[in-house]
Amino acid sequence: MSKDNQLLEELTSREYEHGWNVALETDSAPKGLNEDIVRFISERKNEPEWMLEWRLKAFRLWSKMTEPKWPNVTYPAINYQDIIYYSAPKQSAKPKNLEDVDPELIKTFEKLGISLTEQKRLTGVAVDAVIDSVSVATTFKEKLGELGIIFCSFSEAVREHPELIKKYLGSVVPMSDNYFAALNSAVFSDGSFCYIPKGVRCPMELSTYFRINAANTGQFERTLIVAEEGSYVSYLEGCTAPMRDENQLHAAVVEIYAMKDAHVKYSTVQNWYPGDKEGKGGIYNFVTKRALCAGDNSKVSWTQVETGSAITWKYPSCVLKGDNSSGEFYSVAVTNNMQQADTGTKMIHIGKNTKSRIVSKGISAGKSQNSYRGQVHIMKRAEGSRNFSQCDSLLMGDQCGAHTFPYIDVENSTSKVEHEATTSKIGEDQIFYCQQRGIDEESAVALIVNGYAKEVLNQLPMEFAVEAQKLLALTLEGSVG
Amino acid sequence: MLSIKNLQARIGDKQILNGINLDVKPGEVHAIMGPNGSGKSTLASVLAGREEFEVTGGEVVYNGKDLLEFSPEDRAREGVFLAFQYPVEIPGVSTINFMKTAVNQIRKYRGQETLDAVSFLGLMKEKMKLVEIDQSLLNRSLNEGFSGGEKKRNEIFQMAMLEPKLSILDETDSGLDIDALKIVASGVNKLRNSNNATIVVTHYQRLLEYIVPDFVHVLYKGKIVKSGGKELALELEAKGYDWIKDEVAVA
Ligand SMILES: Nc1ncnc2c1ncn2[C@@H]1O[C@H](COP(=O)(O)OP(=O)(O)OP(=O)(O)O)[C@@H](O)[C@H]1O
Ligand SMILES: [Mg+2]
Repeated sequence: MSKDNQLLEELTSREYEHGWNVALETDSAPKGLNEDIVRFISERKNEPEWMLEWRLKAFRLWSKMTEPKWPNVTYPAINYQDIIYYSAPKQSAKPKNLEDVDPELIKTFEKLGISLTEQKRLTGVAVDAVIDSVSVATTFKEKLGELGIIFCSFSEAVREHPELIKKYLGSVVPMSDNYFAALNSAVFSDGSFCYIPKGVRCPMELSTYFRINAANTGQFERTLIVAEEGSYVSYLEGCTAPMRDENQLHAAVVEIYAMKDAHVKYSTVQNWYPGDKEGKGGIYNFVTKRALCAGDNSKVSWTQVETGSAITWKYPSCVLKGDNSSGEFYSVAVTNNMQQADTGTKMIHIGKNTKSRIVSKGISAGKSQNSYRGQVHIMKRAEGSRNFSQCDSLLMGDQCGAHTFPYIDVENSTSKVEHEATTSKIGEDQIFYCQQRGIDEESAVALIVNGYAKEVLNQLPMEFAVEAQKLLALTLEGSVG
Repeated sequence: MLSIKNLQARIGDKQILNGINLDVKPGEVHAIMGPNGSGKSTLASVLAGREEFEVTGGEVVYNGKDLLEFSPEDRAREGVFLAFQYPVEIPGVSTINFMKTAVNQIRKYRGQETLDAVSFLGLMKEKMKLVEIDQSLLNRSLNEGFSGGEKKRNEIFQMAMLEPKLSILDETDSGLDIDALKIVASGVNKLRNSNNATIVVTHYQRLLEYIVPDFVHVLYKGKIVKSGGKELALELEAKGYDWIKDEVAVA
């Protein structure tokens, strides 16, 4: 209960908080995309031949694909030849420990509120931070290592754990899956890899922070989580980008592979720069996230708080292959000003007695457009399966839009699907009631919105929940009155 | 404490308040009665600062300040409290959380230190006793799924928490059973002192047996058409409003 107040008190600065860029020296590829660029990236990362081949194959696939047009979003055509696909902060040598990391970079993290230092250790979060394209330092490695947990940058995993990467890379999201997944497969620059061995319960939250710093750069990170039988991990992902007038592309891929009895929780607080009030600038966030519940009784929960980006196109999904496996999707998506979001989930039930739960809370303000798009597909052999979906929309003002596109497909008669949807407006009555108790209008909105999104926010680890509440309020700043 | 002079207000094209005059001194209890639609809730809303109502004339002086100049939240922070006729639901926000936000924003405005969780809880427990409200109710989403009586009791709990100088209770008795009515009334009485004042809007003499008013006013067509002592309420109970309407018509 103190969370809300903390949030309200912290509401002093009201601009996009992360809107600065640090003058880091970078090593970049030339603009544009062709096979040579793919080779350049692979070479810069000292990748083995098989990795390069994989990328080239993806590039060739991508070259023949076209951008999807079905999302309920509009934006000017992206010129894929006008983007820098690789940009890395320059460092003389690979840092061995934190003291060796460029102090400017450390400052960046401190400004972001992520410290890679002792502070964070106390809170028990292991962090892998990705700035522009390169993973900078991974804390806690040794401690995790004792348990056999691997948590490192993707590049390192390619070098150190090639057998795991070869086995699982693309196993959940094939490179041909969609346009942006193919693009990512060709040019992904870094990201995180996480492996939890059989029976191990990861004792701390694992966390990755992404930041786009350099201008005209796209960020294409890849996350791969493999949870062996009976293991558990909670994974957090946060992101920010500086304010820039031009649009920047972010096309990430996250794959989760859960074996028998494994449980993975994946939480995201997405706060990419949304553009200004008139819709200038902002990140195009085209992300593919999918989990494969491969083993029986496995469970994957996605929780997302989407406050940033000019455009969001994102459907964290679960393929429920193992019998009795379950998937959850908890989402709060806030759009204000000219933001557009088309987000939701897919729950594909293949195994018997599989369960899925969808709780989506959309909040639209300003002239924004907010769409929920969700698919529930229960296949013939997935007998006795269940889905529950709750899709709520909250509107602020009358210039915004909220849309719901549910696709439900049940192929057997023993399964049950429930879908509930509501649309509400923040009432003048509610705001006045709060004001009459001495609460100002901005805080009233924050209170009402956080109450509305509570079921989702409750899914987040504590310190993330506080940040998420703060972000919700910041995003909606100036949307009433 | 409160001086209302010739107050007029409308909503859209509809004129609702047609020149209200009312003086309330510290320590006093005023009852406002009157037929449905006469403007009682409107008067309460205008005093609380609801913007839908446009003040078209008159003035309201509250503790020497022009009340109409203040934002709704600042009126609350200055000590004006309205117990709503129809309390609003706020899903996902518990009364506890709501009150903590309110108490601390008010304290900040007054230059007092904000309460930490422990002191807040202490204050809350004390006030809970006063209005005999159960903590489980306060843990639930504000007013969501509350019975009519629970909503009203919750309003009085909030009043107790905020310790206002001027309380306006808009039909707080409606929906209360006899026992709850006594509890709520005794809560209100315990909160009374020589520095605060209460305006009770009600249709029933019954409440006024427990919260004894110093003055009773009859509001009719947006005007106070008759004022008297507590016996006026008894007379209204016995005779209804027709005789007053007749008096107004004659005048
Ligand atoms: N938002 C509104 N729009 C239009 N008319 C309104 C609005 N609010 C109040 N009114 C009208 O103003 C008049 C006074 O209403 P008000 O609620 O103040 O009456 P009241 O004296 O409190 O009645 P009751 O005893 O039924 O509670 C009524 O005719 C009502 O219909
Ligand atoms: Mg009324």
